[in-house]
Amino acid sequence: MTVIQHPSELRPAVKASSVSGRRRSARRPMRTIGNVVLAALLLLIVLVPLVWLVMGSFKTQSEFLNNPAFALPDSWTNFSNYSAAITEGHLGTYVRNSILTVFPALFLTILFGVAAGFALEVMVWKGRGTVLIAFLAGIMVPGQMILLPLFTIYFKLHLTGTLLPLIITYTAIGLPLTVFMMATFFRSVPREIFEAATLDGATIVRQFFSIGLPMVRNAIFTVALVQFFFLWNDLLIALTFTSSDDLRTIQVGLLNFQGQFGQIEYGPTLAAICLNVFGTLVIYLFLNKRVMKGLTAGSVKG
Amino acid sequence: MKSVLGDRRAIFLLLAPALTVYSLIILIPVFWSLGYTVFEGNAINGFSFVGLDNIKQLFSDPDVHQALWFTVRFALVLTAVQVALGYLLALLYVFVLRKASNLIRTLVFFPVVLPTVAVSLLFQQLFEYAPRNGPVNSILNVFGIPSVDWFGTSTSSFWVLILMETWRSMGFYAVLLYAGLVDIPEEVLESSRLDGASGLRLVRHIVIPLSMPVLLSSIIFSINGTLKIFDSVIALTNGGPGTSTTPLTVLMFQTSFGYGEYGYGSAIALLLTMLCLIVTIFIFRSSRRDLTKA
Repeated sequence: MTVIQHPSELRPAVKASSVSGRRRSARRPMRTIGNVVLAALLLLIVLVPLVWLVMGSFKTQSEFLNNPAFALPDSWTNFSNYSAAITEGHLGTYVRNSILTVFPALFLTILFGVAAGFALEVMVWKGRGTVLIAFLAGIMVPGQMILLPLFTIYFKLHLTGTLLPLIITYTAIGLPLTVFMMATFFRSVPREIFEAATLDGATIVRQFFSIGLPMVRNAIFTVALVQFFFLWNDLLIALTFTSSDDLRTIQVGLLNFQGQFGQIEYGPTLAAICLNVFGTLVIYLFLNKRVMKGLTAGSVKG
Repeated sequence: MKSVLGDRRAIFLLLAPALTVYSLIILIPVFWSLGYTVFEGNAINGFSFVGLDNIKQLFSDPDVHQALWFTVRFALVLTAVQVALGYLLALLYVFVLRKASNLIRTLVFFPVVLPTVAVSLLFQQLFEYAPRNGPVNSILNVFGIPSVDWFGTSTSSFWVLILMETWRSMGFYAVLLYAGLVDIPEEVLESSRLDGASGLRLVRHIVIPLSMPVLLSSIIFSINGTLKIFDSVIALTNGGPGTSTTPLTVLMFQTSFGYGEYGYGSAIALLLTMLCLIVTIFIFRSSRRDLTKA
């Protein structure tokens, strides 16, 4: 496990884009055209499936069956697919369940993880290396290894008809990466600051809240973003612990969507996918730099 | 100094919540799951002791062999494809697109944050064969190629899975590797150019060796992640046709919750965990020299 403590992974991976400035550019017209074509091709590969998805969400069933696959929708203001997805497809309930599970778990995992990161990196005690490695090992363990005992525990505690199993499990599986990333960020805060504060008579509580937290505030936000994506997009845990339709999260709901509508109801299915994608799109639109930085820093999770 | 930064009560208070939740929900279940491997039955109907039968069955069960082979093949192929493509993209960003690469980096990275289920359902539609042709088959038809039933054979399902995962993750590996390439000092590149190295030779003899550490970590992360593939398979092919695209993760899930065999499910989960562990240790051992160098 020590492999991931290597500095090149610990450093937030995305650097300022100023590098291109220092490379000498040989500007010849042919090369520029080639570059534009290459870049355009790359963008097409990424964007065409998404554009087709949005177009499809506005098409009616007969357009799907009679028009060519790449035809534009007849009407861009036909939101009936969306309303079908939300009302008949219960997408509203699923989104609510996702919000009710992901955000409490996110709050707890960040709270516990930041405190543990501080205790493991800033404070000095014997055995902290071992505890850190124990947390790191959790990143490696596949979810399948803990599902069955957890199912038994939740079943015996009669929690299976509620959202609690999801909240508890999400809190726990978020911890290894949160602790690991927070320890990394606390490591980059100069030790002298805490030592000086100690000499000035600051208690450890004071140091945690007045020095530690403000210095890693940005990092906490980044880690929270990363964890949000992991939890929001989770299928394995949600599929295991959602016993009834009213408990489904958005991912499980979407997975069962086609079953409800029948395989060939294209419009509502694509509208539901659009709604699912929309949330992450909005976050990415505003915070893409931070998301890229955070996700690559958390790449140990694979 | 020691008494404040080494305050035992404070350490306990800060660490206790995380350690308690982590131990109860992850550490203990891991060992509990190990215990399940010598039992048969499930939480609802009760258990009976069967000794090492589950472990023995792992070695003789053709379903497990198939799933293990699929898991390994999938992880190797996908890692090779996505890291290689990510590396090519990173080279493109650094050496060709340069200043213009910012927007493209951001856009190509975007599919990583999309929910896997959504992407899988989208790809199901893109590659649709019946009752109507999806966009991919329509494009093939334009070139006079007959439509392909993508999810009808195990080979084509496998490659659609690889294609989808590559589409999702190439931007991620590109950004990860980009960071490694950007760190190569300009002076080194400049002096190699003066010595006459250019194009492929520069990449082969200077760029690849110097970005080896980050390349190797990308490979570790990729294998570790792809061995655990679950969401995409469930949502895209659901293990089919037949059981030909069923990885260990999905087989464990079906065995445990479909057939209620907790003991055998745990044995499969153990096999998967061992696989992840062996791969990580193996790669770490064989690459330690390089990893500690930079």
